[in-house]
Amino acid sequence: MVRIARGYVRSQAVAEEVAQEGWLGLLRGLDRFEGRSSLRTWLFRIVVNRAISTGLHERQHLPVADSELGDDGGRFSQDGWWVTPPVHWADEAVDRMVAPEVAARVRRFVAELPPAQRQVVTLRDVEGLPSADVCDILGISEGNQRVLLHRARTRIRQHLEQEAVW
Amino acid sequence: MVTTPRAKPDGHDITCRQAVALMTDYLDGALSEDDRALVEAHLGECEACTEHLRQIRVTVTVTGRVRDEDLNPRAREDLMNLYRRWQADREP
Repeated sequence: MVRIARGYVRSQAVAEEVAQEGWLGLLRGLDRFEGRSSLRTWLFRIVVNRAISTGLHERQHLPVADSELGDDGGRFSQDGWWVTPPVHWADEAVDRMVAPEVAARVRRFVAELPPAQRQVVTLRDVEGLPSADVCDILGISEGNQRVLLHRARTRIRQHLEQEAVW
Repeated sequence: MVTTPRAKPDGHDITCRQAVALMTDYLDGALSEDDRALVEAHLGECEACTEHLRQIRVTVTVTGRVRDEDLNPRAREDLMNLYRRWQADREP
């Protein structure tokens, strides 16, 4: 939740405060919860709403920037085939996936993503929420959500490869 | 000098760029039947794109591991205190 809030506000401290308020909002509102969405989705929605209002106050609320929907960075030739095909590492990586230092590195890669990509990949791949819930929480379309997720995963994959995490 | 555009390799109805661009939708099950068939046919013939897809799956798995180290002990304690307070407030 702190990671999600961090996308909207300036400092870690404010993000932690917002996340805590989210919990408080959840606890106070439990009686009102009608089960229309999963509890976690609802909680994230509370946090995002609070983060947005706090972030607006800080003039830090960032909608999806066009630059976050950019191209693939020249990995393909003009006619659409690989210029440099991916080197093989997926099979070798399987044994290393549970290593704590790998998770720590990936956490840093996620933190370095542009805000909208970070929000989406955090909710989808870190928190494991379904696509529809993430669209609802962030107020974005399915299409936009998948483009942002695609960019985020592509970038994390690149980091994993370039920094020879395996 | 005249340059001839490179022909698509035999059997590929979509390019590698197109296949890669569709991978998130593919993994989400969000493609139409036709598009899914195109991607799968491409993957069946393209080792580079197949490796890319494997790497994206590994990426999703390791990203999911980040959650395990989510809350620091102080934040956890703060939340538990909030919860206790809330429970106390609810006592009749």
